[in-house]
Amino acid sequence: MTLLDSFLIRAALAGLGVAIAAAPLGCFVVWRRMAYFGDATAHASILGVALALSFQTSIFTGVLVVSLLMATTVSTLSNRGYAMDTLLGVLAHSALAFGLVAVSFLQGVRIDLMAYLFGDILAVGRLDLAVIWGGALLVLALLWWRWSALLTATLNPDLAYAAGIDPRREQLVLTIALALVVAVAIKVVGVLLIAAMLIIPAATSRPFASTPERMALIAAAIGGLSALGGLQLAFALDTPTGPTIVCLAAVMFALSSLTSLFFRGNRI
Amino acid sequence: MSLVTLTNLTIHHGGNPVLTGVNFNIQAGEIVTVVGPNGSGKSTLLRAIIGALQPSSGQVARASGLRVGYVPQKLHIDPTLPLTVRRFLSLPLRVTNAAATQALEQAGAGRLANQQMAGLSGGQFQRVLLARALLCDPQLLILDEATQGLDQPGSAAFYQQIETVRQHLGCAVLMVSHELHVVMAASDRVICLNGHVCCEGEPEQVASAPEYRALFGSGTQGALALYRHEHNHSHDQDCTHEHHDHEAAQ
Repeated sequence: MTLLDSFLIRAALAGLGVAIAAAPLGCFVVWRRMAYFGDATAHASILGVALALSFQTSIFTGVLVVSLLMATTVSTLSNRGYAMDTLLGVLAHSALAFGLVAVSFLQGVRIDLMAYLFGDILAVGRLDLAVIWGGALLVLALLWWRWSALLTATLNPDLAYAAGIDPRREQLVLTIALALVVAVAIKVVGVLLIAAMLIIPAATSRPFASTPERMALIAAAIGGLSALGGLQLAFALDTPTGPTIVCLAAVMFALSSLTSLFFRGNRI
Repeated sequence: MSLVTLTNLTIHHGGNPVLTGVNFNIQAGEIVTVVGPNGSGKSTLLRAIIGALQPSSGQVARASGLRVGYVPQKLHIDPTLPLTVRRFLSLPLRVTNAAATQALEQAGAGRLANQQMAGLSGGQFQRVLLARALLCDPQLLILDEATQGLDQPGSAAFYQQIETVRQHLGCAVLMVSHELHVVMAASDRVICLNGHVCCEGEPEQVASAPEYRALFGSGTQGALALYRHEHNHSHDQDCTHEHHDHEAAQ
């Protein structure tokens, strides 16, 4: 009998793992105005689920591969003169639609589509937990390792070039990190709400941060708090867990916006 | 010692040639100014030198281990990105507080360290960009229309600062500018660019070169006349390219 035998503890750890990896990455998504990019990658992952089930590989692998493909496609096409929002609007929703159709072709497997669209955090097993934390730590390590270069490239590609940093490589690092987060988060919040875990904590922490590092740390704290609090709320109110986590994050965002509005109003 | 040498550099942008057959080099400690009308490829030249653009043909050779301080034309900082001046100076390499303070002093931006980048005025912002460029102890300082958006006293003060910095650090300076008279006074060499190198030489030579007058004659009126009557000697420019109608400026 260990601590991990409790499904609630496993769920809490899973939520925490996803939140603290997604939040710092989400800061980059916000700074670089890539919100739709995160959405597109996440929506494409349902296609990864279908492929993984039909080839009988792990969901994690299928989702990771399709997310990576999607993210690279978007990066490549965006450099070819398409309008980014149109491109992402097309790709995100068609990937989702193709994924849903592909899932319906699967014979003999009864899958709970809702579990992939909205997550099924209470069903996280020990192996899932290991995958989630492995992925989360990998994302954090990537960000830690490339932090300064990523930040310079985000600020201005020419500044990066002048300092001997290739901004395209840094973009690739972010793309890989994004695919990893999507792959580990699908079990926790589902494909439709992954972007929320990326963006809401980052946006919530903005008014309270004076440096990029502080913004990432506060975002991680807010993400972790939403995951744990959302889990408890869902348990108490008997609501779906993934959406409850996102609701709590959204409430915190509203409070943060109101607070900063109030203080700014006072200062002027 | 040549810091950067461009050999027969041609760069296309969207299928159109922006620069054609440019040969250029800059020596240690030299101040070189690039002048030219809008769309003449000035920024393209600088971006090729820092490695942000790949040449369609020709070569860009940088001295090995060359330290470049780059001050971009403008820098947009997304309002969602919180960034103090102090933190900005530590990008991409962390610098000590002492080094940061010294660089800010050198750039004439002391006491700004704790301000948010987004809250700086245009002049302060440019000085902070300059301070950051100084922190790598550059052998070559590259400024791309660094005084854009500053008023005349502001840009004059900024150029003075650069000259002070150059004397202090002994670095080469390569800059692009529209403010011809301010810039020319400080330069060792001026390059007149319009898709290709129209003419180059000492400021006096270039100012009185017909190619230069052809490019700037109509736009600068009084400022140009200043050069025309002061420098009336002959010179031998090696201009092998086609040029605009020189008569226009006469």
